[in-house]
Amino acid sequence: MSDPILSVAHLSVDLGGRSILRDVSFDLYPGQLCALIGENGAGKTTLLRSLLGLTAQRSGQVLIDGAPADQRRALVGYVPQKIALDPDIPLRTRDLVQLGLDGHRLGLPLFSGRKKALVDQALYAVGAEAFADQRVGELSGGQQQRAVIAHALVRQPRLLILDEPLANLDFGSANALVALLGTLTHIQHIAVLVTAHDMNPLLPVMDRLVYLVGGQAATGSVDEVVRPEVLGKLYGHPVTVLRHGRRILVLPDVAAEDAEACTAAHMSHPEKAD
Amino acid sequence: MFSSFMINTWIAGTAIAFVAAFVGFFVVARRSAFAAHALPLGAFPGAAAANLMGINPLIGLLIFVGIGVFLLRQLVRMGRRDVGTGLVLVLFLGMGALLLSMTREYAPAVFSLLFGEVLGVSDADLLPILGICALVVMGISLYFRPLLLDSTFPDLAALQGIRAARMDLVFLTLLALVTATALPVVGAFLVFTLLVGPPAAAQALSGNPMRVLMLSVMLAEGCIWSAIVLSYWTNWPIGFFVGSIGAGLFTVARSYRHWNQR
Ligand SMILES: Nc1ncnc2c1ncn2[C@@H]1O[C@H](COP(=O)(O)OP(=O)(O)OP(=O)(O)O)[C@@H](O)[C@H]1O
Ligand SMILES: [Mg+2]
Repeated sequence: MSDPILSVAHLSVDLGGRSILRDVSFDLYPGQLCALIGENGAGKTTLLRSLLGLTAQRSGQVLIDGAPADQRRALVGYVPQKIALDPDIPLRTRDLVQLGLDGHRLGLPLFSGRKKALVDQALYAVGAEAFADQRVGELSGGQQQRAVIAHALVRQPRLLILDEPLANLDFGSANALVALLGTLTHIQHIAVLVTAHDMNPLLPVMDRLVYLVGGQAATGSVDEVVRPEVLGKLYGHPVTVLRHGRRILVLPDVAAEDAEACTAAHMSHPEKAD
Repeated sequence: MFSSFMINTWIAGTAIAFVAAFVGFFVVARRSAFAAHALPLGAFPGAAAANLMGINPLIGLLIFVGIGVFLLRQLVRMGRRDVGTGLVLVLFLGMGALLLSMTREYAPAVFSLLFGEVLGVSDADLLPILGICALVVMGISLYFRPLLLDSTFPDLAALQGIRAARMDLVFLTLLALVTATALPVVGAFLVFTLLVGPPAAAQALSGNPMRVLMLSVMLAEGCIWSAIVLSYWTNWPIGFFVGSIGAGLFTVARSYRHWNQR
């Protein structure tokens, strides 16, 4: 196998005097999609930000294509969890996408046909042509997300990092985005790292899993990680893992006999569950 | 109205409106209106002090805005920007009160520093004003894209290696330079209007950044030219007209957007 595009070794991060991540390690290879799963406050965003060099780490090592993150910025695309709220931002969708290409350049932006073609291509890839000329601040949450994905894609990154991209999306849009991520990973051979609190929508395209609980991680394939003994160790108490068709349900706080009843209710409304 | 005496006013006014629009674009995009309000008001004691000591007010202003930018950055590092800005403003105003209490014949000079002096531009003033304006236009043109991304999506900017602290310094420095040049002409209160009114109006009218920049320049020029003419005719302070026209532009543009969106 080729070298990993992302290699995280024994990463620990403190924030505000509290230990948020402890000894997290995993590798990600080109053409793989890795899901980073954890509950609210588990440390998913913190992990992504420290991979990108936006948050300082206490110890450990992060290498992107064999070098520290700040030397490999051009290879990485990032879609943050919190996106713009100000409706007056003087940017249209296509301006935001173009800034993905040349935002760091000095001088006034001059018109370039090559750039416009790249921008149009990125807008098309995420299905954002319809609102390409609309202000970013006036887009819906899901549309903003697609605009920012186009901003990340336009540089043709080798590693794409998305923080909770499914959180704002309805069922159909979520499926479309999962399909897009699958294409990027398995056809264009980009490495993709996605966070989510529910792994189920990502199962069809997921190659690897990093399961975060309270700042500690279990990593591997779904079958390696989503097992009662592995997750039980992470949670520090017994955990029930239920599989129903293609869906997986992890019940950390419920005893096994209650879980059967719980899952019956859960599985009968799968679209509401998360 | 176009006597050689007035020519200086026209040239200085045109140049100042131009750079105010350029920097104002980012004042609005970065939501830094409070800093744009505090710097001119905080800097005006510098001009008063220079008057008192018989040196060129521009020098006093440059020193004061320089200290202002430095203090702003120090205080902002410790926490909330709005609180730090307010504290610096009052600190400077307090110094101004002290300086002004040391002289008796200050009333007319202070009045024109606060509200502008349309006929106050001498040949000797003109060259530094134009020089600083050229510097500001160059600065904004150079940093346009990094500043734009940093002002709108700071996380995405950081990922491209654009340092937020550096962008803040670039922005505040350019804001300070505009403040120092514009203050003696349009007055401390009205620098703010020129910085914020036309760009905020322009941002209500378009979402295309280059078009917003051009619209800001056009609106700012329209604002200052009509203010010069009206001030010349009526003999009222130019600041009154800059203030009313700036607020008017903003109101009209926002209402237009509001009605358009319904
Ligand atoms: N700047 C900060 N200073 C101190 N603590 C922080 C800071 N940012 C986050 N934290 C803490 O770190 C923990 C992890 O936060 P993080 O944002 O990484 O969680 P998350 O897994 O992304 O959650 P969510 O699913 O809600 O997005 C939380 O307990 C949070 O309170
Ligand atoms: Mg998060």
